[in-house]
Amino acid sequence: MKNFEYVLPGSLEEASKAAADGGAKLKAAGVDLLDEMKNTVATPDKVVNLLSVGGMREIVRTKDGWRVGALVTLAQLADSRLPAAITAAAGEAATPQIRNVATVGGNLCQRPRCWYYRNRAYACLRKGGTVCYALEGENRYHAIFHNDACAIVHPSNVAPALLALGATVVTNRRSIPIEEFFVLPSDHVDRENVLEDGEIVTEVQVAQSRWSSAYREERERDSFDWATVSAAVALRMDGAVVKDARVVLGAVAPVPLRSKEGERVLIGQRLTEKIAQAAGEAAFKGATPLSDNAYKRLVGPANLKRAILSAGL
Amino acid sequence: MSKRHKKRDREAGLSRREFLTAGAAAAGGLAFGGGRAGSPKVPSVGPRKAPVTLNVNGKEHTLEIEPRVTLLRALRNHLDITGPKQVCDRGACGGCNVLVDGLLVNSCMMLAMDAVGRKIVTPEGLARNGKLHPVQEAFCARDALQCGFCTPGMVMAGAWILSRHPDPSPELIKRELSGNLCRCGAYGRICEAVKMAARKK
Repeated sequence: MKNFEYVLPGSLEEASKAAADGGAKLKAAGVDLLDEMKNTVATPDKVVNLLSVGGMREIVRTKDGWRVGALVTLAQLADSRLPAAITAAAGEAATPQIRNVATVGGNLCQRPRCWYYRNRAYACLRKGGTVCYALEGENRYHAIFHNDACAIVHPSNVAPALLALGATVVTNRRSIPIEEFFVLPSDHVDRENVLEDGEIVTEVQVAQSRWSSAYREERERDSFDWATVSAAVALRMDGAVVKDARVVLGAVAPVPLRSKEGERVLIGQRLTEKIAQAAGEAAFKGATPLSDNAYKRLVGPANLKRAILSAGL
Repeated sequence: MSKRHKKRDREAGLSRREFLTAGAAAAGGLAFGGGRAGSPKVPSVGPRKAPVTLNVNGKEHTLEIEPRVTLLRALRNHLDITGPKQVCDRGACGGCNVLVDGLLVNSCMMLAMDAVGRKIVTPEGLARNGKLHPVQEAFCARDALQCGFCTPGMVMAGAWILSRHPDPSPELIKRELSGNLCRCGAYGRICEAVKMAARKK
């Protein structure tokens, strides 16, 4: 790991100022950044420690929902009373010891797990090169949607759940509906979200609603692993009928992907296994798998079907 | 919010105030930087070595380290506390598990400077008055290891589980140990040992 100057801001203003300096990186717990730095994929001259800012560590219940501080840990979130999709997604992430330190803000802002991106030897598109090596290379964990330029999948578990619940990301400068927070490679290939230099996620707001929700993922092993496919579903039910639905797919695109196709199948219908299956199939119909990841088009609908049923029944 | 989480709300890691105190004592050993000329400077430490104090197993240790030094490296290479093992060095195996303010963490993925002002417990700190921790005793009694390299991390995870769940179910033990790898595959006996320790406690 390259050595660095450790900046200890006492306020968000100081943190923002220091982070806007070229060659600086923001850090919360540092789980993701240290990984990148150990691989020398990230070699910042300065690391700006958000832990020294203070605050941002609480989940505050408001009259219409929750305000989740950016430094709240995934363990805290998993143990909280937020909607089921969110607590389940947080509780399925990584391992107990990582959830004890990893933060909500860090989880949303973590970099992709693509092995070409994480390997310094590959000057890939996302690192300023000209080629996405995954397109013609080893791509079994990569995207099956929006994968024409760079085939990363967004690594956050919590993001699809927050998207299904219509959360808002608050920064030191503005409030951003989470639907507008993540960016596709065709818009920005060197970052995964809309944050500008010196902009810091401070909070995530989740409104209370009568929607019921669920998160479900498939992975290659039960213990510590990233999802091969995941799904977060929020449903507004009227008895057995789906009045409204929000369906979000994870681990299949460079962003957590809202599936209007899946939602359309559900809305107005009595929730049955058959309808859930049809929604799953509709959501994955437009997939464009690469050489090694067509299995996601089979596993994805089944996983989504189960998420829909567990949200609605 | 549980008590466990409330604990974390207070300032942790090297705070600005502690750092400024440390800086005053360091006789010019610290570089301040981060601000543009004419504007107030944001405090910083490093890249050169700076003195920090770590509380490990109830004892304060002062050491001089660069900011890039992880807690694992500080423990093993600077303080000669070698119970936490360096294996994957990426937070994937649990070999380096320690408790920080009562929470199980991968010491390889935490900067040592972030552990300043917090209570660190390593496998060396589990025994009390010469008596092994119930989890350690159960690992011996159940022979819950083959090569033993994962054992310090497993024992820390076991102690952490029992600190929160006095009578954990086998499913809970499995889930809470899921961040620990044993390449020998002694998982069966490891889970049994944690269960056994819970009964003894």
